[in-house]
Amino acid sequence: MSTSNHETERNRERNSEATFGDYGGQYVPEALMPAVQELEDAYERYVLENEDGFMDEFRERMRDFGGRPTPLQRADRLSERYGREIYLKREDLVHGGAHKLNNALGQVLLAKYMGKERIVAETGAGQHGTATAMAAAHLDMPCEIYMGRTDVNRQRPNVYRMRMNGAEVNPVEAGSGTLKEAINETMRDWATTVETTHYVIGSIVGPHPFPKLVRDFQAVIGREARAQIQEQAGRLPDSVVACAGGGSNTMGTFHKFVPDEDVDLIAVEAGGSSLEIDAENAVAPNSATLSTGTDGVLHGAMTKLLQSEEGQIMESHSVSAGLDYAGVGPELSHLVETGRVTPVSVGDEAALNGFHRLSNLEGIIPALESSHALGFLEEAHEELGDLVVVNVSGRGDKDLETVLEETEKRDLEAAPDVEVFDS
Amino acid sequence: MSQEGTTDSDIEAAIRENHPALITYITAGDPSLEETKEYVEALDRGGSDLIELGLPFSEPIAEGPTIQAAINRALDAGTTPEGFFDLVDDLETEAPLLVMTYYNMILQYGSSEASRASESDAEPSNKPDVRPFVERGAEAGLSGIIVPDLPAEEADPLREACDDYGLDLVFIVAPTTEGERLDRIMSQVSGFAYVQARLGTTGARADVSGATHDSLARLSEYDVPKAVGFGVSEGDHAAEIIEAGADGVIVGSALIDLIASSDDPAAALEAKAEELKRGAIRGADDNAVESVGETAATSPSER
Ligand SMILES: Cc1ncc(COP(=O)(O)O)c(C=O)c1O
Repeated sequence: MSTSNHETERNRERNSEATFGDYGGQYVPEALMPAVQELEDAYERYVLENEDGFMDEFRERMRDFGGRPTPLQRADRLSERYGREIYLKREDLVHGGAHKLNNALGQVLLAKYMGKERIVAETGAGQHGTATAMAAAHLDMPCEIYMGRTDVNRQRPNVYRMRMNGAEVNPVEAGSGTLKEAINETMRDWATTVETTHYVIGSIVGPHPFPKLVRDFQAVIGREARAQIQEQAGRLPDSVVACAGGGSNTMGTFHKFVPDEDVDLIAVEAGGSSLEIDAENAVAPNSATLSTGTDGVLHGAMTKLLQSEEGQIMESHSVSAGLDYAGVGPELSHLVETGRVTPVSVGDEAALNGFHRLSNLEGIIPALESSHALGFLEEAHEELGDLVVVNVSGRGDKDLETVLEETEKRDLEAAPDVEVFDS
Repeated sequence: MSQEGTTDSDIEAAIRENHPALITYITAGDPSLEETKEYVEALDRGGSDLIELGLPFSEPIAEGPTIQAAINRALDAGTTPEGFFDLVDDLETEAPLLVMTYYNMILQYGSSEASRASESDAEPSNKPDVRPFVERGAEAGLSGIIVPDLPAEEADPLREACDDYGLDLVFIVAPTTEGERLDRIMSQVSGFAYVQARLGTTGARADVSGATHDSLARLSEYDVPKAVGFGVSEGDHAAEIIEAGADGVIVGSALIDLIASSDDPAAALEAKAEELKRGAIRGADDNAVESVGETAATSPSER
């Protein structure tokens, strides 16, 4: 029994590094454990300690290739509408049109420093896939993207973009053919090719150290925003609002504000068409994991999940493909559990209105994901204080077709006259 | 625990007494729990020394296409943990039974039990707990648990529960498991070491991988029962693997293929188990012939 106690002791020590409170960990097949530990080591050396100037090169490339820093812009008409100061962090202006490049470029560069020869990644809507394909082309790394069959069919332009950048795109036929299945298949590839391949995971999910690694690459959002708001408004904001799927733009925006206890941090999830769960068919018509999920293990981490009582993972739903995931980053689960981050949800319709409102009032067409944060602003601005920062995680060009289709189905108050589209 | 030299667990005894051992896997509920019962009995008759039953989980990341499809069929048929345990309650096989499932299934059995038990309470605890699953498994007569997404580093809670209820928790050793981690995993072996024959996922293959030979050579200094799985599909593979130093072979996808394609799956499974067991014995006989004159072909570890 002494071996066992000794093991328990060393595991406890190790696990405190790998977890956020009750969440996180490394629930992966044994074959991947050495790779995950190799990545821990690389994370410490290159990211935390800037060995070989890794972080310097990363920042330089994010400036020259990625277009950083992005502006923090005062939204004049929204400020007027809501009677308070509204500032937008413009991640839609990052190369590729979303915050996703912050992480993808960081990880592809890290893979290069680690001597890996090949990149694999999953993608749902195709935003992370396109960012990874761009980064891999830029850094001359072979790249394969796994994408569910349903997503391949409904996101053709992104499939073309990945192909143009030289990436292979492998459709995944299993299950409902969306993000969850794409992650499963990428993990299977990685378990086969782990000795030469790095898995560029697309959000702050997965086994340790991915949630920290991705957060640290994304933390540039909040680092810039925090300095910018103090310079432009002379103080810290009362609240910071970001949408949350897996939660990478969310934690990226929040991370530097976490110690600022007077700043409210609000994660806006996809409420879909309803928060009610269809238990019989294991379907959640939403992706409100932080608001309604229960604790469990998926894709390498203990976190909040949309799951049946028996532990089967549910199909999630949202008008925004990038938020459509039954899990969420373990760090966000922890910050919600401790009360530091407030989870809220906004349904499809409010998000669509948010999309139209920002397009119409500010001349910025936001991603449908980001539109959830804007929908929340409309609903709850009175509770957000006098100075609010909203992260616009991406631009909405990719969503135009979905928005047209969804707008025609509804009577949306903020939508322009649809007749122009009909004629 | 076994390595302290006290009494063997059911699983260790089954491997030692029936050496070389045949370990078979099928997914419970594929295509129904009633049929699974027949198939398990057929595998038992065919000479399986241990039988692994898969409890289906919706995200089987360690599985190749064959077992993924079996899991989908089982889930479509409405297989639940409770149905699974009822099946195990009913089974009376000679071969000890193990459950193979993903960690979330074990965790949620606890939390749904807890919430069921405290239905009237205003605030039921929703923290998952592994113990109710292990307790129910022990009550149903399971001898061990294999969890493909639970590495040794995360296994303390389940290991403790398994110790308390007298179940073995079987760990997988991969081709990438080396050095200090390998030592630590091998020092905690309970039941047997599940030697993963190749990188990647489960699935029947046409040959025995070179990695299998490398792994068995690397593991030969550890004096624990070793069974090789991932890709084994024929009697000849079984012979080759046993000859290379394994104590058992594990076969899954090749059996699932039979369930999916055969007109009489029970008969086909029984015949296949016989073929595999014969192959394993042939490998052991070849080994015995070769090692005449050699002293101590498998050296005991330093322990
Ligand atoms: C623009 C945009 N925002 C947000 C998300 C959601 O991801 P996360 O929650 O990791 O930021 C996505 C995902 O594809 C996205 O494309």
